Amino acid sequence: MKTNDVILQTVAKVVVFLILTFSVFLFFAGHNNPGGGFIGGLMTAAALVLLALAFDLQTIRKVVPVDFRKVMAIGLMIALLTGIGSLVLDVPFLSHTFGHFDLPLLGDTELATATLFDLGVYLAVVGVTMTIILSIGEDH
Amino acid sequence: MNNLLIMPLLIPLVTAVLLVFFYKQIRLQKWISGFSVLANVSVAGYMVHVVRQDGIQTLNMGGWAAPYGIVFVADMFASLLVLTTTVVSAACLYYAFGSIGKEREKFYFYPFFQFLNVGVIGSFLTGDIFNLFVCFEVMLISSYALIVLGGTKKQLRESLKYILINIISSALFVASVAYLYAVVGTLNMAHLSVRVAEAGQGGVLTTISVLFLIVFGLKAGLFLYFWLPGSYKVPPAAVTAVFGGLLTKVGLYAIIRTFTLIFYHDPYITHTLIGWLAAATMLLGVIGAIAYWDIHRILIYNIVAAVGFIAFGLAAANQAALEGAIYYLVHDMVVKALLFLLGGVIIAYTGTAKIREMGGLMRSRPVLGWMFFIAAMALVGVPPLSGFIGKLLIVEGGLAAGYYWITGIGLLTSLLILYSMMRIFMNVFWGVPKSPLSEPKKGTGWLVLPASCLVILTIVLGLGAEWIYPYVNQAGETLLNPDQYIQAVLKE
Repeated sequence: MKTNDVILQTVAKVVVFLILTFSVFLFFAGHNNPGGGFIGGLMTAAALVLLALAFDLQTIRKVVPVDFRKVMAIGLMIALLTGIGSLVLDVPFLSHTFGHFDLPLLGDTELATATLFDLGVYLAVVGVTMTIILSIGEDH
Repeated sequence: MNNLLIMPLLIPLVTAVLLVFFYKQIRLQKWISGFSVLANVSVAGYMVHVVRQDGIQTLNMGGWAAPYGIVFVADMFASLLVLTTTVVSAACLYYAFGSIGKEREKFYFYPFFQFLNVGVIGSFLTGDIFNLFVCFEVMLISSYALIVLGGTKKQLRESLKYILINIISSALFVASVAYLYAVVGTLNMAHLSVRVAEAGQGGVLTTISVLFLIVFGLKAGLFLYFWLPGSYKVPPAAVTAVFGGLLTKVGLYAIIRTFTLIFYHDPYITHTLIGWLAAATMLLGVIGAIAYWDIHRILIYNIVAAVGFIAFGLAAANQAALEGAIYYLVHDMVVKALLFLLGGVIIAYTGTAKIREMGGLMRSRPVLGWMFFIAAMALVGVPPLSGFIGKLLIVEGGLAAGYYWITGIGLLTSLLILYSMMRIFMNVFWGVPKSPLSEPKKGTGWLVLPASCLVILTIVLGLGAEWIYPYVNQAGETLLNPDQYIQAVLKE
């Protein structure tokens, strides 16, 4: 029997964008408030998984045509490079710094190198979660 | 601050990530990882040199001072083990190049191998007990992957057991760390040592220390080794060599570290317990080694026996015994990896692991035969090879500490290990071939080359004892005087 997913699919199309937006918010909130790369990454992955549930894996592959293993590796590399940066500057490994900048539109903004590290964590989490779920999902 | 300390961990980590990018180009993967392990050997060698010159080195991650941040500490003990790890894993990697096969290479063998190194080296260098747990996990997760890679039925069965036992012991590990934190309120090992000394090691802390002993004992195979023979038997030789050479030794390192740095106030309970566990491990291990006719199983039970012997060095806990334990630990990492590599070559030639079906290999492969003989002699501790000095020191220390019975058991164990090794040697190399040699794969002859580096190393470790002893002496002194470690970490 063919199941009817009309409601799920319609809702998912809207909700996925809400979740993705919220995950980006969480990612940036993480520096001084609860949130961060790990939980942001999980939430992004959750949005993609919702798409996979509502539609199917082939659709996901078409909508997000990236190799999630590479995403994981890129994330790890970014996180590592921020650490290696401190080797170059001869401060303890993983040292981070921040500064205030006057950006157009945003005004006075605090930019921190820890965000770069967090971006690496974010990508690694998305990559790992999606790799695991997609490979388990394929297995019939 | 010394960023050198992160390098032995950073090199394999960056390599592993790079290898994931190039997962289709196996040749390139081999080049990158082959180069990276050699670079790591030299970095680790330099680290030993620096520690020898300037004493214990520390690195506060991100500039957060201990005990609030995570600190990496390289004392001589840890640095020697890191150096040995890099050498052993380099030999095993080069062995894997020729033997591991396309199927495994395609499924990320080399990245997992590097991640395993990250976990092992991180465990040696970290100065924070929770970070130790994290490094253990990195190591274990990579080992799960390496053990199951290939996906034969046997492997799936054994890896299920292996994962189950390690998940249970990891859960216990976290629970013990939580208890410890609840009692003394810190996780930095140097700070723990200070706090435990201040509070006095009462009943609660001793109980927690025994919990840690159980956790690490499960990983090291100290008495709780029931899971070990099955799961170490299934992966290919290169992987078993790394497991046998490195993984159990990380558990032993953790036992030695915690019981010399943190829980050394009540040796009457803890160290006596370790002593009897060690005696039981030696006996049961060696009984296993003489009971089986399968070359893999014999070697695996020899791992167990050696774990008991090193733990006995800790139980005696005087200068000679601890130095012996360190020397023997380094020796055992090299020689166990070596024996598994040679075992792999033998099996590649004869096509069977049962020694009763082999024979006469000496005539066709004399070099292999003599290398195996030297490795076996080194394992038993025949002078002037590497096992001798460690054994002598442990026996000396054991007698000085009054453990006459256990020292006797240790010596008896050595004798039985000699018997088990000679049984392999005579069955495999003497006599006439019982079955026609199976045609080995092309390039099998080259596999002897990485093993021969380890053979040379065991000879150097034995003959060069005069030159190596000062390093071991320095390591032993730090273990006996926890104040040195504490001073280095919590200075200012």
